[in-house]
Amino acid sequence: MNSEENKKPVLELKDIKKSFGDNHVLKGFSLTLHEGENLVIMGKSGSGKSVMVKCIVGLIQPDSGSIRIKDQDIITMGQKELDFLRTEIGYLFQGSALYDSMTVRENLEFPLRRHKDKIKDFKGTEASVHEALKSVGLLDAIDRMPAELSGGMQRRVALARALILKPKIIMYDEPTTGLDPITANEIIQLMRSIQKEYNTSSLIITHDVDCARVISNRMILLVDGINYAEGTFEELSNSNDPQTRAFFKN
Amino acid sequence: MSKPNSFLDRTKSFFAEIGDMTFFVGRFFRELFSKPFEFRELLRQCYNMGNRSLFLVIVTGFILGLVFTLQSRPTLMQFGAESWMPSMISLSIVREIGPVIIALICAGRIGSGIGAEIGSMRVTEQIDAMEVSGTNPFKYLVVTRILAVTLMLPLLVILGDAVALVGSAIVENLKGGVSYTLYFNQVFDALKFSDVFPATVKTFFFGFAIGLMGTYKGYNCAKGTVGVGEASNSAVVYTSMLLFIIDFIAVFVTDIFYTL
Repeated sequence: MNSEENKKPVLELKDIKKSFGDNHVLKGFSLTLHEGENLVIMGKSGSGKSVMVKCIVGLIQPDSGSIRIKDQDIITMGQKELDFLRTEIGYLFQGSALYDSMTVRENLEFPLRRHKDKIKDFKGTEASVHEALKSVGLLDAIDRMPAELSGGMQRRVALARALILKPKIIMYDEPTTGLDPITANEIIQLMRSIQKEYNTSSLIITHDVDCARVISNRMILLVDGINYAEGTFEELSNSNDPQTRAFFKN
Repeated sequence: MSKPNSFLDRTKSFFAEIGDMTFFVGRFFRELFSKPFEFRELLRQCYNMGNRSLFLVIVTGFILGLVFTLQSRPTLMQFGAESWMPSMISLSIVREIGPVIIALICAGRIGSGIGAEIGSMRVTEQIDAMEVSGTNPFKYLVVTRILAVTLMLPLLVILGDAVALVGSAIVENLKGGVSYTLYFNQVFDALKFSDVFPATVKTFFFGFAIGLMGTYKGYNCAKGTVGVGEASNSAVVYTSMLLFIIDFIAVFVTDIFYTL
């Protein structure tokens, strides 16, 4: 904990509130993600985890609060600056969200069209695509369409796409949901190896206790739109609070 | 009690949708002239929409010409006016029937395709993924598609009109023994600039309407597969209605312009 806190924060959310009509989803949620840290957010379905991540990448505007990525407030920034800052963030969507009219190669080339200048020592589009696919072990699938891939393979391609701009922060929205235990474990191992290889900070939303145990440095439980509990996996899983413990029952 | 409320709600949501659509059109024009321009995607869409609608337009146009001539022939014969056939058919097809029928066909073929494609991209978070990767999805998906249909529909209508006239000429040749040369000489004598120009101009508006409704319904698609179906379906229904409204306005304006 202390070693993490000494590191520089790369992402800070303060008192984020978001409502949809009468439905108050986030009621003052805060978090800090440090450099190189894996922060897991757990919460029940509908507790606002995905809304929170979408607020971070600017897909949803929060009603109040502040979101700072690398010391820049994303709520007040213009569209161009936001688009540029987004290249610092990789996002793995729950359903992979691969462009189904494009091949795997085109899916990976897509983010490079506008932002290849941003990559340090850029070796060309082809080389970048190959490197990203190699890191997820799917170089053979380069010319296949997303529909021809299994769920696990799609998730890995989506991960390669999230990595292609060499982001500093990666958001994982339910990375193992809908996958069989073996494939889920492959994805978890891949997430770990990517963090080592690319030295990224990760924000992981998951229901998967095994995933949280393996990957988390720190965890936050999101209940009723607020930070309910915070700590390491061991601290939270051994908590005396019944609601906290309920998350860790298989 | 519930009826007035539901009527009020429907009226409110109707005007809210008109407002949303106005913003959507405004955003289209704003994004159209701002950099970066998505030329590659525009060309790809032009090719897709033009090329993939070609067969349908040719078949529809040909049958339209055949049927229209076959149906009109007996009536004109009753008055001994068969010789008017080429001019009557060409004016009807070029001024009105060709553009409207081809536009309706394209509303079904292109409009529903756009609605379903963008709608499914919305519900599977592909549009969000595009936005997160730093690409403006409105510019990439919406602007290119609206522009592509606006540019391609006039070409498809011209092709459809030409094929319809060929169909008509074949019937005239087989039934009335009219030579192809004579038929097309009469067609070109009958058609004036004032017939062709307004009819062509209105097809740009037809194309814009098809692209607009397809992209609007798809982009604002509700969650789930039901939403995709509704987006596709309502894109066709609203476009068809809009086409007739545009046609009425176009005919009305043309009439005022040429009677001045």
